[in-house]
Amino acid sequence: MAATVRQKSGWITANIVTMLVMLIPVLWICSLSFKDPSTITDPTFFPKRWTWANYSGIFSTSDFTRPLLNSIGIGLIATFVSVLFASLAAYAVARLRFPGKSALVGMSLMIAMFPLISLATPLFNIERALGLFNTWIGLIVPYIAFGLPLGIYTLSAFFREIPWELEKAAKMDGATPFQAFVKVIAPLAAPGMVTTAILVFLFCWNEFLLAFTLTATIAARTAPAALAFFTGSSQFAVPTGSISAAAVVITIPIVIFVLFFQRRIVAGLTSGAVKG
Amino acid sequence: MTAKTAAVTTGEPGEPGEPGESGEPAAAGRGHRGQLSEGARAERRLGWLLCAPAVAVMIVVAAFPICYAVYLSLQRYDLRFPAESHFVGLSNYGDVLSSSYWWHALAVTLIITVISVAAEFVLGMLLALLMFRTIFLRATMRTIALIPYGIVTVAAAYGWQYAWTPDTGYLSALFGDSAPLTRTGTAIAVIILAEVWKTTPFMALLLMAGLSLVPEDLTKAARMDGASAWQRFTRVTLPLMKPAILVALLFRTLDAFRIFDNIYILTAGGNGTYSVSILGYDNLFRALNLGIGSAISILIFVCVAIIALMYIKVFGAAAPGTWSTGE
Repeated sequence: MAATVRQKSGWITANIVTMLVMLIPVLWICSLSFKDPSTITDPTFFPKRWTWANYSGIFSTSDFTRPLLNSIGIGLIATFVSVLFASLAAYAVARLRFPGKSALVGMSLMIAMFPLISLATPLFNIERALGLFNTWIGLIVPYIAFGLPLGIYTLSAFFREIPWELEKAAKMDGATPFQAFVKVIAPLAAPGMVTTAILVFLFCWNEFLLAFTLTATIAARTAPAALAFFTGSSQFAVPTGSISAAAVVITIPIVIFVLFFQRRIVAGLTSGAVKG
Repeated sequence: MTAKTAAVTTGEPGEPGEPGESGEPAAAGRGHRGQLSEGARAERRLGWLLCAPAVAVMIVVAAFPICYAVYLSLQRYDLRFPAESHFVGLSNYGDVLSSSYWWHALAVTLIITVISVAAEFVLGMLLALLMFRTIFLRATMRTIALIPYGIVTVAAAYGWQYAWTPDTGYLSALFGDSAPLTRTGTAIAVIILAEVWKTTPFMALLLMAGLSLVPEDLTKAARMDGASAWQRFTRVTLPLMKPAILVALLFRTLDAFRIFDNIYILTAGGNGTYSVSILGYDNLFRALNLGIGSAISILIFVCVAIIALMYIKVFGAAAPGTWSTGE
């Protein structure tokens, strides 16, 4: 009996320690964002004087609100197109027999492993020549491309789980392969597509290197890149408070989102791995 | 199974669950035309058609630019003197490979990669076991573990930077007003800490998926035979998890090797903490030397390819995606 009590308290301790390690850095950023600018150089964990000034500061200029809008817009468009293209390709990979399939899978995996910096230079030059530098399209197109491997990988794993007899039955009833896809498979595939969309959106929302190098002004700069250009609410203020507030603003919705879709995200992240 | 045999077996239910199994019942009666039945040919066309948009985007954004980067890397191309651009052969590569900056960056990158992936593996395994076995607050635990994964890397990196800044950070104050980001060794340690904190949950999730594949009966049987918990873990669980472990390690190693965000925010590559990605960035966007920058980019790409090959050849990681072809 003593052993089980000790075991139990061991598990509980391990759990609590782990949770604290995960949560403290997040709480720290939140706490910094509420610190009064005059007490920001006071290294206590919690603010001594609470203030909303940092938040009202960042929302009073377009230096943050515009990038926030860019992040949302670019992320949503890139996610939509990426998941659409990926589901077409994943359907083909999971269900059809055609030459070049392994080449497609190989190519998309290579892209997933690409060091982004290797593409930053050529894309920078190409986009300047095409006039796409510092535009939404200039970020959306690369994001679609990098969402695709993730999408094809995750979705083809999901598509495999769908009972394919249904598709066959639809074809028996005279449906073309395309109709079988739209009418039978797509509704069954919807949960997998939602999961994939979440993962692709998280990627777009988090991406920094391309957002930083392929933009020059707030016309297209996304929120993570904008953070690195913050100078504070006034010219002389230290941007610590503003950056922390902005970091919280771009983090909290995603954390809520992640918590809400927790099961889906876990399923999506691990769908490829268990099949490996 | 070739397309030819697929045509022969059409109408048969086929082996259930075999990937790519989709004999065309509609085509069964139409017979053969050359080598392929009408149905198999339609399937082929549909397959290519469905993949076309994805392939087009990937070629435009990845395959073409990487070829263009190879071309740029063979040029003397300085954005400040664009008129003087000309072909210089491999001399950019010579310049990079004979520069101590490249080797320093490579060493820093390898140190960060090896230490953080090793730490993530050990901590990720512990976290995976914790999430898998715990009864107390199991759901809460799994939810909270996703927070570091969901948080924007740049946002988390600022948190770490301020935490270690003297007069601002609680961690700095805790360690006697130390300023670890101003010295190479400690700065790299902070970078590794930030990287490990952010990505351990991802590793744990992949490992947990592997854990769930280990049959309960086997560990039970080992327990009956008197194996200790440690023996059960190293002799039964680990070997069965090997494929999942290798995939997780491969993903994370390649990801850690291209580290950029954390270093850029924490030190901007100062105090000798620059990785190969930071070095490439500095040459491209600070020095505006596209020739040298592209050569660095291509070398990073080659390193990544070598790491991936090593995992697949030496450790026998199933090349991710081989299952997709069903062969």
